[in-house]
Amino acid sequence: MALEDVCGFKEKLFSTLEDTTTSVHDYCNLEWKGQETSEKIPHHFFMPHFSQTNFSISRTPSPFGPRDRSVTVRRPFPLSHGTTTLGFIFQGGVIAAADTRASAGGLVACPAVHKITPIHSHLVVTSSGSGADCMLWERILIREIRLYQLRHRRRLSIRGTAKLLSFMLHPFKGTNVCVALTLCGWDKEDGGPGCAKNSEDTSCKTDDSPSGVISSATHSLSPNCGPQLIYVCSDGARLQGEVFSVGSGSPYAYSVLDGSLSWDLSKKEAISLAREAVFRATHRDAYSGNNVDLFLVTAQGWSQRRREDLKEEYYRDMERKAQKQQSGTTQVMTCKK
Amino acid sequence: MISAQAFGDPGKMKDYHYTGPVEHRFSPYAYNGGTVLAVAGDDFAIVASDTRLSEGYSIHSRDSPKCYKLTDTTVLGCSGFHGDCLTLTKIIDARLKMYKHSNNKTMTSGAIAAMLSTILYSRRFFPYYVYNIIGGLDEEGKGAVYSFDPVGSYQRDTYKAGGSASAMLQPLLDNQIGFKNMEGVQHVPLTQEKAVQLVKDVFISAAERDVYTGDALRVCIITKEGLKEQTVPLRKD
Repeated sequence: MALEDVCGFKEKLFSTLEDTTTSVHDYCNLEWKGQETSEKIPHHFFMPHFSQTNFSISRTPSPFGPRDRSVTVRRPFPLSHGTTTLGFIFQGGVIAAADTRASAGGLVACPAVHKITPIHSHLVVTSSGSGADCMLWERILIREIRLYQLRHRRRLSIRGTAKLLSFMLHPFKGTNVCVALTLCGWDKEDGGPGCAKNSEDTSCKTDDSPSGVISSATHSLSPNCGPQLIYVCSDGARLQGEVFSVGSGSPYAYSVLDGSLSWDLSKKEAISLAREAVFRATHRDAYSGNNVDLFLVTAQGWSQRRREDLKEEYYRDMERKAQKQQSGTTQVMTCKK
Repeated sequence: MISAQAFGDPGKMKDYHYTGPVEHRFSPYAYNGGTVLAVAGDDFAIVASDTRLSEGYSIHSRDSPKCYKLTDTTVLGCSGFHGDCLTLTKIIDARLKMYKHSNNKTMTSGAIAAMLSTILYSRRFFPYYVYNIIGGLDEEGKGAVYSFDPVGSYQRDTYKAGGSASAMLQPLLDNQIGFKNMEGVQHVPLTQEKAVQLVKDVFISAAERDVYTGDALRVCIITKEGLKEQTVPLRKD
């Protein structure tokens, strides 16, 4: 599909179809081919159309989204929302973790959704917000990154990917597209000028491949080398950071992470911390639950931990608490008479 | 006549005292009810739907099944707004034909699911009010079920219920097919006969408790030999 676009194959095929009946045109959503010249963004393959919303109001619709709220149609159904996802950077790479529940209103639409999607070998993205929006925008992002790679013979950096995604989402600002993605990845720029931020950090500059350890005292995250964590949202925010948690369960996850997160965690400790954060968030947040997915991104690429049902963890936790109480180390609150 | 107010937030009490004149906007949607169910086995898939078409307190038709045959190995079940169901199935049929003519092969179930997701998302800001479930056989001959939300988010499942009685049927399927919430039970794989019987029982229960489900049940069984259909009567009240 991506290769077809680079070769211009699709344009040639469908240009003949455009000359035929326009009713088939509208029916099968082939309009996107004809709008090639008028749309400023070339990524129109999956783009939803705005022109269909003026069924009753005689207003000229703007090409980039309904400006007036009253033109949009009220939906009679709820969409999937509600989640806990988190990502953080430590010395061993980037961890991305998420729960697996998709809720639509008060109903659990699906108890086993994949909220973490690999984009390429060194980038995974955690999604939260509306399920359909995230799924489709991830698909668009995969396609665009692949096209970039085919056209320019090198892989786009994580920061570049975040910028591209943010610019693609910008026309939909103000509509109810709800997408909040955290890009967790590893950049493999070898030995470029941007690789060393501090003057004392020469090890990164001279090595021809990042060994995964940025050996500077202040662990400065160089702009185009090593682990990256960037948050992109459909409101237009694009933030780089060391720890992010997104979704309705994020306050609970943040509190667990802030308590124990540090740069020097071992791989095992980091995984256990991420799991714990998601577990506590699913316990307290009604819209998060079921299982926890965990991905680790290193210089070698991403690896996935087996999906774990948190029901077992909850029972183990209850047992631990019961044992603690039995051994009498905790003082239960006394009632004042 | 159903107004847009009928589709208010779930759980909110509607006020019935006079609050002054309220402007009712024309709603392009209507809700026609109906339930769809799909189950995937090792070498078969079942798609079943009731055949009642209702709107508000009226029944428009007792013989309007919601399973649509797409190819020899794929059946689509759609419930929700009947007008959008009809248009969506027409669009899918046209796209299937186009694919067949361009690529000289029939679309596989997975490809149809991906295509349906993009068709639904192309109407992100004026969605098709349809809950879709695709049942069929994948390239290896195993059963596959793909369930969608109205704007195109989809997932491959083993079983899924959609439509008006979905919230009642899904927990029952979780228990009987997924063996969830049962301790110390042997997980036996589902045979075709047991699956068909389960589907019939489950719809009979749905017809008891959901007013929009009833009249008759249409079951489509997809195996590598082809498609078989059965019709079973349900409660007509």
